[in-house]
Amino acid sequence: MTTFTKIPRQVEELLEQWNGTHSRRTFLKGSGLLVVSVGAAAVVGPFAADASAQAAGPYPDPDFRQLDSWIVIHENNTATFYVGKTDCGQGTGTAFRQMMSDELDIAYDKTSCIMGSTDITVDQGGSGGSDAIQTDGWPMRRVAAEARRVLLEMASARFAVPVDQLAVREGVITVKTDPSRKVTYGELIGGKRFNVTLTGNNVDATTGVAKVKPVQELKMVGQSPQRYDIPAKVDGSLKWAVDVKAPGMVHARNVKPPVAGARLIGIDESSVRNLRGFIKVVSKGNYVAVVCEREEQAVKAARQLKVNWQKPATSPFPTSEDLFTYMRSATPMSNQGPAVKGNPDAALTGAAKVVEAEYDVPFQGHTAFAPAHAMADPSNGQMTIYSNDMKSYGMRAGIAQFLGMPRDQVRVVWMEGPQGYGRTAADDAGFEAAFLAKEIGRPVRVQWMRHEETGWDTKGPAFTVKIRGGLDAQGKLVALDYNARAADYCHVGYNEADTVLIAQLMGKRRATPAAGSAGTPSDMYEIPNKRTASQVVSLPLVWETPLRTGNLRDPNGPQITFAAESFVDEMAAAANADPIEFRMGLLTAGTTDDSGFKRARSIAVVKAAAEAFGWDPRPSPKPLDNGTILTGRGIAYSFRNQTVVAEIVEVEVNRRTGHVWVKRLVCAHDCGLVINPEALRRTIEGGMLHSLSRALHEEVQFDAEKTTGVDWISHPSLRHADTPARIDVVLVNGDPNPNRPDLPHYGAGETACKPMIAAVANAIYDATGVRLRRVPFRDARVLAALKAARV
Amino acid sequence: MSNVTLKVNGRAHTLDVDPSTPLLYILRNDLELQGPRFGCGLGQCGACTVIMNGAAVRSCITPCSAVKGEITTLEGLAKGGKLHPVQRAWIDEQVPQCGFCQNGQIMTAKVLLDRNPNPTDAQIREGMAGALCRCMTYYRIHAAIKRAAAAMAAGTASGRGGVS
Repeated sequence: MTTFTKIPRQVEELLEQWNGTHSRRTFLKGSGLLVVSVGAAAVVGPFAADASAQAAGPYPDPDFRQLDSWIVIHENNTATFYVGKTDCGQGTGTAFRQMMSDELDIAYDKTSCIMGSTDITVDQGGSGGSDAIQTDGWPMRRVAAEARRVLLEMASARFAVPVDQLAVREGVITVKTDPSRKVTYGELIGGKRFNVTLTGNNVDATTGVAKVKPVQELKMVGQSPQRYDIPAKVDGSLKWAVDVKAPGMVHARNVKPPVAGARLIGIDESSVRNLRGFIKVVSKGNYVAVVCEREEQAVKAARQLKVNWQKPATSPFPTSEDLFTYMRSATPMSNQGPAVKGNPDAALTGAAKVVEAEYDVPFQGHTAFAPAHAMADPSNGQMTIYSNDMKSYGMRAGIAQFLGMPRDQVRVVWMEGPQGYGRTAADDAGFEAAFLAKEIGRPVRVQWMRHEETGWDTKGPAFTVKIRGGLDAQGKLVALDYNARAADYCHVGYNEADTVLIAQLMGKRRATPAAGSAGTPSDMYEIPNKRTASQVVSLPLVWETPLRTGNLRDPNGPQITFAAESFVDEMAAAANADPIEFRMGLLTAGTTDDSGFKRARSIAVVKAAAEAFGWDPRPSPKPLDNGTILTGRGIAYSFRNQTVVAEIVEVEVNRRTGHVWVKRLVCAHDCGLVINPEALRRTIEGGMLHSLSRALHEEVQFDAEKTTGVDWISHPSLRHADTPARIDVVLVNGDPNPNRPDLPHYGAGETACKPMIAAVANAIYDATGVRLRRVPFRDARVLAALKAARV
Repeated sequence: MSNVTLKVNGRAHTLDVDPSTPLLYILRNDLELQGPRFGCGLGQCGACTVIMNGAAVRSCITPCSAVKGEITTLEGLAKGGKLHPVQRAWIDEQVPQCGFCQNGQIMTAKVLLDRNPNPTDAQIREGMAGALCRCMTYYRIHAAIKRAAAAMAAGTASGRGGVS
């Protein structure tokens, strides 16, 4: 119904299945709903020379201040919602339909939702930050409420009765005193425009006159309709971004530098010229691609092409074995903090017991399940990119800038793709496809190979965190000195025309990188004396490196929380206290709060997790078991924005092999008002297991010139055998007034990723008495630690 | 190039292609069967899985000249407009997140259940070992396999009701 099930060559027609006579863009255009954008005029930097004159292109931006940009009511009394979001697989489209159908007062199954294609949906930025429900849900609710208000006014005029004399249910308005007098939404406005102007300084603030409903009046919100996108994913009918074809389309594959920082010396095109289907080698700077008629021909040609590269004079980076030694001794490129509370130095000096520990988390990759891909069609002098990139709007703007085309001549059609939890290489592939399509003059489909995706996708930054803590004589945590260091000097943003990989390789990159940050823990612990500081360090090679960093599902959260929540556990052990009771002491010691009641909600999730698990209070570690399998439990807690979460894991550690199996997972999760509980549970499960994969398996390994993990054997990921036997997700609403009519809906997804690595480490400690401070907990590393401790 | 004849989902196709071409590209690009997908090209992840002679086969590393016997793809699982019990269970359990790997999961599970209609937890983990998922939907996959097994044993489309 609302997912592509055909090849979207005529995407407008597919998206617009109502009365069939108007395309979506014609509909928007006819009402003046499209905003002519500023275009490339303001371009500076390496693209200034390419910026071409402004021309009115066919793909201007839908105007978010027009109700018609968001909602179309059809003659058959159904509604289509157009939203500027994309779905990474959490079912946000279903949630949007639930929220908007409630506000519009139309049956959920009479609605559909179109997402994230730049010329037909307003720019809500695509996905990111797990904020779809928290942030974007509000304008969606408000515009749907406004549509309801307008429809009631139309009915009021038709029946000549005041609005308060009307009732509305499932898209049918009746006169309260005479229910035989009724009219449907479709009869009032089906296929026609509202022509209602909305207000708001930005898309998030979009609003009409109407107010949203109190929570108690929402009917679909809180229910669990099945996700509408799933059937087509199960029966094979969904058309994904990888599936798009166009007449005359050709296939491209990249040839990447064999070692980081290599310079292209020459290409021997004769090595592939006689291959069947060969069209062209495209090369600029250090960027090389081969274009062929058929896909397998391009794969073969890219393998066979002889390219002469010159290695850099110095090593681009230390080996992954030496990474943390390098990071600890490197001169920081930037510093944050220190933020100081109380007198941590004096408190540490005066402490009865001081604990110091260092925690290391390696680079970890997206390693998307399908390598990065896109198809770009340059027909009619325009550029259409079919992509699964979660930020389609940013891709459109970035590619326009990169190609020197007016924005209005570029559009991105968002389609489903493999997991895209952050700044994936889908960004890079979109730019490559568009560049190649412009060069070749035909539609070009490009896809990276597995070794490129695993080797060259953007990486979550490596962290090394040093923490000191002091207990007083009563075992109370009185001082904490936290210092984090991240290898995140050149953190690439989303769809930036001067940081995407092709721009780097072509020499069209920006002069100065934008650094990421190391960050500090997210918790509500009350510690009287505290210092937090962080630094960003750089590896020797800054650009054109496979160790380029970018956002990976909660960009720094899993790394920081691993260190912080492992350390709290270490302090609990030093105090001979139960890990939960120790945390509760820190949470309840504080009195300050914030508007989101994060302290009360933190206490509530920790309690709920303990109760669901059946936590038996005692200090860790437990006495060592006699058998081969050692069991233990561990907890960790954190928050992200306003969403708070506590996770408890039960592990089995094989003392002979070092193998760790997380047998049971419990999660207590509070994201305020829940839209779709069952979809939320699965989102939380996915987030937890993604982080479990990072805890047990994932590490970007490299020698001194290249990444050496290039497939699923050399770069392992979580597998069926690792799956917990039982997962319990408890949805908590720890708001002091959970029945308030304006209870907000917060985000979900990334929060659940944060505590998992620490919870696993804490459970391994409980089982074995051995503290693992280096991620991932692969068998060999665990076994070595057990042996060293004579376990 | 030479003529290669393939029988897929009950239909025969003769194509003029290089016989070393991996079956996956022919299915996807010539026969418009895009249920099988490219994930690694190395036979490691399962995204490209098809069923051939009752076995789950990695079409990304199977040259089309090596194809012997009829191929079933994800599109061929449903019969007479009715989803296979495994597919039905996948919907009822709401298994997918992004869903990209689910072709491999569903096709592997189908073969597993054909060979062992009532697998234990350990047999599910073993039988599904080669099918990767980066959204980590494994837990729900295991539940769906059990649901499908129960449904197939009972001769119904799916086990207990849908998601509550």
